[in-house]
Amino acid sequence: MKIRANGMHYAALNAAVRDSEETDIEISGCGGQRYLGAGLADRKIFVYGTPGNALGAYLNGAEICVDGNVQEATGDTMNGGVIEVHGSAGDATGYAMRGGKIFIEGDVGYRCGIHMKAFLSQHPAIVIGGRAGSFLGEYQAGGTIVVLGLHTDGKPVIGNFCGTGMHGGEILLRCETLNVALPAQVRAERIEGPGSEESAALIREWCARFGRNAAPYLQAVYYRLTPNAENPYRQMYTPN
Amino acid sequence: MREGEFRNPSGCAVAGVIDRSGRKMTGADMIAAIEVMHDRSNGLGGGFAGYGIYPHYKDFYAFHLFFESQKAQEETEAFLKRHFEIVYASEIQTRKLPAVSGEPVIFRYFLAPLPRKLANSHLPEREYVARCVIRINSEVAGAYVFSSGKNMGIFKGVGYPEDIGRFYRLDEYEGYAWTCHGRYPTNTPGWWGGAHPFGLLDLSVVHNGEISSYDANRRYMEMFGYKCTLQTDTEVITYIIDYLVRRQGLTLEEVSHVIAASFWSTIERKKEPARSQESLLRRMFPSLLITGPFSVIVGYEGGIMGLCDRLKLRSMVCAEKGAKAYISSEESAIRRIEPSLDKIYSPAGGEAVVYELYRQGGRA
Repeated sequence: MKIRANGMHYAALNAAVRDSEETDIEISGCGGQRYLGAGLADRKIFVYGTPGNALGAYLNGAEICVDGNVQEATGDTMNGGVIEVHGSAGDATGYAMRGGKIFIEGDVGYRCGIHMKAFLSQHPAIVIGGRAGSFLGEYQAGGTIVVLGLHTDGKPVIGNFCGTGMHGGEILLRCETLNVALPAQVRAERIEGPGSEESAALIREWCARFGRNAAPYLQAVYYRLTPNAENPYRQMYTPN
Repeated sequence: MREGEFRNPSGCAVAGVIDRSGRKMTGADMIAAIEVMHDRSNGLGGGFAGYGIYPHYKDFYAFHLFFESQKAQEETEAFLKRHFEIVYASEIQTRKLPAVSGEPVIFRYFLAPLPRKLANSHLPEREYVARCVIRINSEVAGAYVFSSGKNMGIFKGVGYPEDIGRFYRLDEYEGYAWTCHGRYPTNTPGWWGGAHPFGLLDLSVVHNGEISSYDANRRYMEMFGYKCTLQTDTEVITYIIDYLVRRQGLTLEEVSHVIAASFWSTIERKKEPARSQESLLRRMFPSLLITGPFSVIVGYEGGIMGLCDRLKLRSMVCAEKGAKAYISSEESAIRRIEPSLDKIYSPAGGEAVVYELYRQGGRA
């Protein structure tokens, strides 16, 4: 089904997507409509234009592909499925994500992957082609974030305060040197290649989706950030 | 009900455009852009600032006033006559719309300070005018000067911003720069004077957020004769910028290092001379650090500036297309008026984005 979204209210657009009898839906002329695909399990949604905030919130298995940039809180509390963005993403991408995968071709804004968590078979992942803003993986509790650093503006691969409050999961940063301050409770380890078959598979998938040869990314140097078990949070809100 | 008498649980939208070649555009594009972000507002406030809109009166201060009573108008006009030559006065033309109601009487005056009065005051002209604005706003009950710059004007009220823009017939004004705001008041009920932009002289501010340093900032500013009469955080941001730029002579980038200063830990890691300069500014004006979430667009003669709080707790994107530059809470609003952009990016928290008219004779 094809929907021309020009000027449509988000409630009407979301209702049309939800009520469609076809699983494949193409939305053109998208301009700021929020909550697209929220909570959906069995749809493949192609979006042309600029979708609004909270794209794919609570996504539960559906696939969303965007030809353009996305705004704030993409994949908020996402539970399963895939969001693929041929462009860059705003702040709080993958906020409190607990399953599924987000692939961003360009950069992400502040607080990407904040409060991300994993549980049993649920292992959320975000792969970013460019760079990430400050507070990447803040309070991260689980899952994997990969930043490939293909940006060309000369800025560091991550901003300030990466991994603040991190207590689970991992962050992989593709870069030769890591010239940023990290919290004392986060450990950075320099590794050749992505470190695990799961991470290699994520990188291969990103490359396949954005038409890149995976080989150089699988052989590159990465910094792997994980919570430092030898230096735990001794005090948070109350002494313990 | 007025600001401060009631607390309302909580978003906002901001947008701005400038044609750096100085070519003028009507307010229609700003209306179209802000309408895309309709759901960021709740109908309790909208407003616009246009720059270069009064070319025939460009040498006079254009005061826009709300009057809630005949008496307030009489008192204000008597005050204006004592301090200014009133070159031209008229009611601001509006379009009656079902979506906009309860408007006060809205007047515009083009003013020149009385030369003798100004000379006797021993004040620079702009300071004289600013003090007159502050006096009317704090002393005349039911009167509120909401715009006071030269060759610019603020238009605002209670309603959704796109309706307020049509109410003021902004499609009939032409300016080289526009900013606008859709309000979602977080603490107060929303009234005509409390809508954004806030302005003093040619400076205007639109703001999305809620600052937690309001009282500390307000108390400091009151030492310099500013009176915060509206109980709303954007007013104090306007006065801080006016104080730092007009009275302290700081550049806008320096202002950003005062109000959205980096954390000390971040400053320590910076290279010289940035480290020393940013430390100095933080030490000089510690009471003017603004904490809590904000994204603001500042308008002034010849330019616009976008700035977010240092933690980037509110969204902002900047874009360019030829001579035109855009700042907005959301990319979708910019795409509505310019689908194909040369460049689009998100500034970091505390990073001032300044777009100004090209200097004459060359491109900036």
